[in-house]
Amino acid sequence: MRSETLIWAAVAAIFAFLFIPIVVIVLYAFSAAPIPAWPIAGFALHWFADTWHDQAVRQALVLSLEVASVATIAAMLLGTLAAMAVARMQSAAKEVVSFIAVLPIALPGILTGMALAAYFAFWGINLSYWTIVAGHATFCVVIVYNNVVARLRRMPRSLTEASADLGADAFRTFRLVQLPMMASAIGAGALLAFALSFDEVIVTTFTAGAQNTLPLWIFGAIRLGQQLPEVNVVVFAIILFTAIPVLLAQKLIGESGKVAR
Amino acid sequence: MSLNRTFSVLGWRRPGVANAALLGLPALWFAALYLAAIGALLITSFWTVDDLSGNLIPGFSFTNFQQLLSVPVYTHIALRTIGIAAAVTITDVILAWPVAYAMIRLAGPRLRAVMMAAVMVPLWSSYLARVYAWRLILAHNGLLNWALMEIGLPRAHIGYSNWAMWIVFSYLWLPFMILPVAASVERIPPSLLEASADLGERGFATFRRVMLPMALPGMVAGAIFTFSLTLGDYVTPMLVGGRGSDFIGNVVYSNVGVTNNIPFAAAYAVLPLGVMAVFLLIARKLGAFDAL
Repeated sequence: MRSETLIWAAVAAIFAFLFIPIVVIVLYAFSAAPIPAWPIAGFALHWFADTWHDQAVRQALVLSLEVASVATIAAMLLGTLAAMAVARMQSAAKEVVSFIAVLPIALPGILTGMALAAYFAFWGINLSYWTIVAGHATFCVVIVYNNVVARLRRMPRSLTEASADLGADAFRTFRLVQLPMMASAIGAGALLAFALSFDEVIVTTFTAGAQNTLPLWIFGAIRLGQQLPEVNVVVFAIILFTAIPVLLAQKLIGESGKVAR
Repeated sequence: MSLNRTFSVLGWRRPGVANAALLGLPALWFAALYLAAIGALLITSFWTVDDLSGNLIPGFSFTNFQQLLSVPVYTHIALRTIGIAAAVTITDVILAWPVAYAMIRLAGPRLRAVMMAAVMVPLWSSYLARVYAWRLILAHNGLLNWALMEIGLPRAHIGYSNWAMWIVFSYLWLPFMILPVAASVERIPPSLLEASADLGERGFATFRRVMLPMALPGMVAGAIFTFSLTLGDYVTPMLVGGRGSDFIGNVVYSNVGVTNNIPFAAAYAVLPLGVMAVFLLIARKLGAFDAL
């Protein structure tokens, strides 16, 4: 039993390690000081209003929301199609598809970013809103794909066969049988894909031209040491708002709460 | 309606046609964008840049690779990147085990769900927010030094150093290790652990000789992420690393953003591609892909 106590002590320490930085972010968002220092000398709320009225932050937020929305829709379509194909395939072909789908997040970010930058330079394509979306959609596909594949694995094939036996064609079976069963998995994947796109910075730097997404704005501000109180507020808000889709996605996946990344 | 039926019958008779119809769009997307981009990376790494005009010169030249091999700083940077990625991976394996073990073997179903959520939230919370939090904690007048002074110890100077990068990367990617290790511990039948105990093995021996080898695919699956994510980063080195803590990514980043030498940047990015190719081949041999 002593070793069990030891393990729990280690677990408590590791969870403290995981959450102390998040608590620090929350506290600094309310700090009054223009330059962050510990201990926090005084608390203030006016930085929230200042940040909300900052045009640069607003434009970056709008761009991030737009990019994440379009990328998520593309990822939902591509990821669901690929997952439905894989559910019908032999195991060898399955492996190849799964492997290629996971590459954009399993390979180092600098490689994905640099490859896209080289590709756009190769064709002489100017970096724009659409190059950001193309990159984001590519690494978001696997998030939707993994969630839908996991769902289809637990969904008996006999249901689609029964639907066909009862006279429904493939499209009707999709609409009335397959889609309703996949819907919550697609939804969970979409929420997570949105969260991933909304937060991405490593690849985005290489696919964004003059535009700033919210993470690019944060990165620039931290690097230059400017507007740090606004950075505090923005990162706090992001932590708060990404926790919601993640916990919601976990609910949708149900089960033992596994989220496939 | 009859057209739908024709397609349906065709898809039923010939599953290959239906698979191709479903897979066509995603396959096209990945081939035309992602795989083609990696191809473009390899091709442009042999190109050069006109010094005066800054225009790309297509061609086939080893200039970039020769420069990478002949200037020692690029070797140092590559070794630093790979070394820290390896150290982070080992650290995360060690930290993941107590959590994974407690979650699966010790905790009841409710506590397990809470622990799972407590791993998921940092996994998906903003990457930049978490790096920035550490920048604040490790800063000269940050939380760490304040805590050290409170207990009567001298200030530590680990902000803006390789130590800081090691801590922050280990922190960032820990959930990516916990999840696959926990999943592979979950797959070990309890009867095996009981059998080991019945045969006289004590707690730690059972862990070392039964659990550890059986959870290897999970650890390797986690390692793909911890290693690869560290290997491909440049933001964390810029924000918490000091002078002389450049990663491969930082050289690539500054060659694209500042110098605008895309071919040279592409050539250096080929290195992580090669490292990961070897890593993934080994991972496949160890059965990590089933645990992804």
